[in-house]
Amino acid sequence: MKQTRAIVITGNGTNCEMEAAHACRLGGFDDTVIAHIAEILSGEISLDDFHFLNLTGGFLDGDDLGSAKAQANRLKNAVVAGSNEKLVEQFTRFIADGKLILGVCNGFQLMVKMGMLPGFDGGYLNQTVTLTHNDCGRFQDRWTYLKVDAASPSIFTRGIDKGIYLPVRHGEGKFLCDSNATLQRIENGHLAVLRYCDVDYAEATMEFPANPNGSTNAIAALCDPTGRLMGLMPHPEAFVHYTQHPRWTRENLPEEGDGLVLYKNAAEYVRRNLV
Amino acid sequence: MPSRIEVALKDSVRDARGERIKREIEHFLHIPVAAVRTIDVYTVDANLSTEELQLAASGPFSDPVIQDWSINRTLAAGFDYAVEVGFRPGVTDNVGRTGREAVEYITGRAFAGGEGVYYAVQYLISGTLSADQVESIATGLLCNTLIQRYTVLSVADFLTCTGFSAQVPKVTGETKAVVKEIDLEVSDVELMKISKDGVLALTLDEMQIIQAHYRDPKILAERQKFGLGAKPTDVELECLAQTWSEHCKHKIFAGTVQYEDENGVKQEIKSLFKSFIQRTTKDVRERMGDKDFCLSVFKDNAGVIKFNEQHSLVFKVETHNSPSALDPYGGALTGIVGVNRDPFGTGQGSKLIFNTDVFCFADPFYTKPLPSRLLHPRRIYEGVVEGVEHGGNKSGIPTVNGSLVFDERFCGKPLVFCGTAGLMPAVVNNQPGHDKYIKPGDLIVMTGGRIGKDGIHGATFSSEELNENSPVTAVQIGDPITQKRMFDFLIRARDKGLYRFITDNGAGGLSSSIGEMAGECGGCRMDLSKAPLKYPGLNPWEILISEAQERMSLAVPPEQIDEFLAMAVRFGVEATVLGEFTDNGVFHMLYGEQTVAWLPMDFMHEGLPPMQLPAKWTPPHHAEPMLDEKKSYTDDLKRLLASLNICSKESVVRRYDHEVQGGSVIKPFSGVANDGPSDAAVVRPILDSFEGVVTAHGICPRYSDIDTYHMTANAVDEALRNYVAVGGSLELVAGLDNFCWCDPVQSDKTPDGAYKMAQLVRSNQALYDVCMDYNLPLISGKDSMKNDFYDGTTKISIPPTLLFSVIGKIDDARKAVTMDVKRPGDIVYLLGKTADELGGSEYLALSGAIGNKIPKVDTVKAYKRYQAYHEAVNRGTVASCHDLSDGGLAVAAAESAFAGGFGMNIDLSLMLWKGDAAGKSDCTLLFSESASRHLVTVHPEQRDAFEAVMSGNCFESIGVVTEGQELLITGLNGTSVVAAGLSDLKEAWQQTLRDL
Repeated sequence: MKQTRAIVITGNGTNCEMEAAHACRLGGFDDTVIAHIAEILSGEISLDDFHFLNLTGGFLDGDDLGSAKAQANRLKNAVVAGSNEKLVEQFTRFIADGKLILGVCNGFQLMVKMGMLPGFDGGYLNQTVTLTHNDCGRFQDRWTYLKVDAASPSIFTRGIDKGIYLPVRHGEGKFLCDSNATLQRIENGHLAVLRYCDVDYAEATMEFPANPNGSTNAIAALCDPTGRLMGLMPHPEAFVHYTQHPRWTRENLPEEGDGLVLYKNAAEYVRRNLV
Repeated sequence: MPSRIEVALKDSVRDARGERIKREIEHFLHIPVAAVRTIDVYTVDANLSTEELQLAASGPFSDPVIQDWSINRTLAAGFDYAVEVGFRPGVTDNVGRTGREAVEYITGRAFAGGEGVYYAVQYLISGTLSADQVESIATGLLCNTLIQRYTVLSVADFLTCTGFSAQVPKVTGETKAVVKEIDLEVSDVELMKISKDGVLALTLDEMQIIQAHYRDPKILAERQKFGLGAKPTDVELECLAQTWSEHCKHKIFAGTVQYEDENGVKQEIKSLFKSFIQRTTKDVRERMGDKDFCLSVFKDNAGVIKFNEQHSLVFKVETHNSPSALDPYGGALTGIVGVNRDPFGTGQGSKLIFNTDVFCFADPFYTKPLPSRLLHPRRIYEGVVEGVEHGGNKSGIPTVNGSLVFDERFCGKPLVFCGTAGLMPAVVNNQPGHDKYIKPGDLIVMTGGRIGKDGIHGATFSSEELNENSPVTAVQIGDPITQKRMFDFLIRARDKGLYRFITDNGAGGLSSSIGEMAGECGGCRMDLSKAPLKYPGLNPWEILISEAQERMSLAVPPEQIDEFLAMAVRFGVEATVLGEFTDNGVFHMLYGEQTVAWLPMDFMHEGLPPMQLPAKWTPPHHAEPMLDEKKSYTDDLKRLLASLNICSKESVVRRYDHEVQGGSVIKPFSGVANDGPSDAAVVRPILDSFEGVVTAHGICPRYSDIDTYHMTANAVDEALRNYVAVGGSLELVAGLDNFCWCDPVQSDKTPDGAYKMAQLVRSNQALYDVCMDYNLPLISGKDSMKNDFYDGTTKISIPPTLLFSVIGKIDDARKAVTMDVKRPGDIVYLLGKTADELGGSEYLALSGAIGNKIPKVDTVKAYKRYQAYHEAVNRGTVASCHDLSDGGLAVAAAESAFAGGFGMNIDLSLMLWKGDAAGKSDCTLLFSESASRHLVTVHPEQRDAFEAVMSGNCFESIGVVTEGQELLITGLNGTSVVAAGLSDLKEAWQQTLRDL
């Protein structure tokens, strides 16, 4: 049987490649590769050889022009060595091939700024939403309760009962839309996969610090209408084992952390549909 | 013609940055303003078409969802004053650099020489303000005039001149490559003038040694062969000044001390470093025998110890005090990214796994007048916190442990300690990972950033006190992304075996890094004209000593150079061959064909005789405060919890990513609401293993007012007891010492030098004594010896401060223990005895007193108890453990209780007492800071097992965890002495720094 293959892109300020790759392996991918963007631009590694693309956390280009802006520009304009192909074409082909992309934190910022999300009508290079400075004006590292939309098409969150508990670690996580119409389409399509909420996963909240950034409608995660592309500000790769939970010394927790389900679902989807 | 691209938030979008500035103006400067909005300004000085400019503005420079952009047209509207702040020429402009790269991707063309993108921010301020007020907002908050320029326009002026004109802060100049000769055949007064005017920080003795060197006929004959005369070149003199600086050479720690104690007993100490620090490690290692885990100590950029059979741990802690005093943001950012290069440049290189940081500041709410040139403590606090935030977070290294320490004297110089640990394979390319060497013929390669005038004289400047004329160029601004790119490349080059030796470019720049590397093989020949420069106009001596950041120096075998350079290009990292290593015994610098420095290695490294340092110890005596017995100490406890040194630092800590890399096990905060103060950090650096790294620290400068011997003993003990508390193993733990002292060299400027030197001697004595008893080898450290401010009239010296850091192991991180109480009914134990030791305590500091009864460490009993406690942890009998330090038992009990969300009842009469019973009172029992104590809770079903393991040690059950939400403490006579709700205590503890 063919292998299920995940790739994690790093370089230019990506920081979470190691734990993202670890989560892919734990989630069940047969092979997981950490690829430096230089190795992709040089043509040594091609996205075509993988099923699941991880754009993970970090500070691409230091957030210098706003988070992920410079990388979005790089991906759109840079040419893969030894070909006439722009890197962005590998991305659009990856999406067209029905494969999976998960953007976490800086990777989510990159996805929205490239226009990959929400990806209405198959348009994956048209920016309509953004992630910007937290209302509190500061970087925040704190854990958040995230209420899941059970009706969401996201393949990543299948089987989550009420919600999950994950850390956020960002300065630019406030979700905004370019118009009310965009927001309505997101809501009507159940594309807002996760929302910051209270400890019982009952109600979404706009209150700091439960909602750490002031996101519109408390939106913490977004998927495209196919459910195969998803981005989220909280870090699922940072909670795959109970010892990563802030209160593991005082609560009886299962071995696996809440974030692992996203990677398990991805591996399961790939095995059923792509190999 | 340069163009201005302006990017502004749409009117409907909240401007979080502007709102923060508004808050800070009102909070710091007490000037009410109606609103602040901000605009990003990119000045593009490059040959671009209008279409290309539009693509840049609408693409990478702006976000279409929330921002509008314009080219050469102002976007500002609806304000009373506009202030635009940009960098001065030559200052690192990270945003500008990224902007330039973005434009290059769009056009597909590289910028031509001299072209660039420059970033500035426009602040639009609304409110009823005078021009003077706006000026003070500009200089007091928005702009650090050392590194930034600003322009203020009132709305009327703004309309008249239609906004700001494009300003290009380009460094202009051409490379003349001037090499001057300096005549040293002059009077002693003239020699000292040369040293002072040139910020060389060389003493008269040292200048005379150099003078003598250039009189040696053999030297002169050799010099002639290379076209050099009898006078030193500026390159040579600057190079010697760097190499011999206190910062690089540690002359005070290497000097000969004549020490006299309080009884008049005299002793000569040849090198404090060798006599105490190095000897500690040597003696501990000898005693450990087969169990010795030290792999590389003192000789490399960081210390290396064994972690397991496959991996070694690397650790280094540095200070960056002087630059942080001048430019808190840039200084601190450089501090953290600078110390990152130490473990990275240790052995063949290591992967960085966590940062630690400890800051010592004056009260951020300081209201008294300050000497000129000193920034307000609040600005230092803000700048340093933000600088380390950006440096650590952007580099993807979790900040797992640290503290903030406050004392008024730190307004003279803040202390900024930054530490970084790394993990390296035990074996790399069939060689121990911690070993490296150089062969003559290997190429000198520099990678990373380019060289500018930034950081020139950093090493010599930090070897002097801060004064009104401290050089601006001594400040650098780090660029974590350039460094991260370089690390991404180098760690892969390491694994391919593409280099033989790596080291950091830190203080002293190439003069230090290449100078030290040349010492490995016995010489080097380097062409300074080959070094890549940020801008033209640098003279050879400036190239040699520049401390421009993000650079590593390597020795690359000639047969690997092509592959090394090709890989660097692919990874977008600049790498340049500057010369080669030799074995001819000479540090030989060229500029093109011309020899500009020719220095025998033995003179550079061995030419300096030891300093002679008098030291006389006279114990100080402070007024002994009379402590009135009080009926209730509840208010005192709340005041203590709210005091700067004890209160919650959550507003700072949450700004630091402490979880990236995924290995976090014990986080900075513990407890039911994730907000109790953890004692130490536990990290799993290898995600599919449960072996954990434990790190902790101790620091207590207040005790230096009484006796630095006990200050040091307490700092070491505090570090180890924090480490032990979470479950760190005593079988594998090592220490790092960071001394930050005020100038201890007796002189006209420092008439009390002999006392300060004696304080240093006593600190070293304690370090040896305690580390020996604790089996703690010292693996690395650093000293910073000139932490004074002096402007000719006012002198402010910091209290002598030792930061003691420990790094070690917990075999199974799943057994780690946190400080929050876990459930009602658990038994509360106090491990260790309490004594009448309020001297130097936070409690006495509440009333401005110091006292004399300093806590004394009983190392033998403490070590035995720590061992027993560790066994109790291993057996799973401990529910929670919190160390007792600032504020004593009362503070520890309050913190454990409110962190866990359960009350606690404690009976002081059950506490074990040490020493004279006359000093035993409710007050001393509650607040004494006696060393080596832990507050432990144990589930009742574990009681027997816990007590069995601890038997033979001093410990006693003193209370119980309760369902109620109160801390209730009963005094010696059976009445309540503390009764407070947990929420009140927590609020007192959290409110002090919450809004900072």
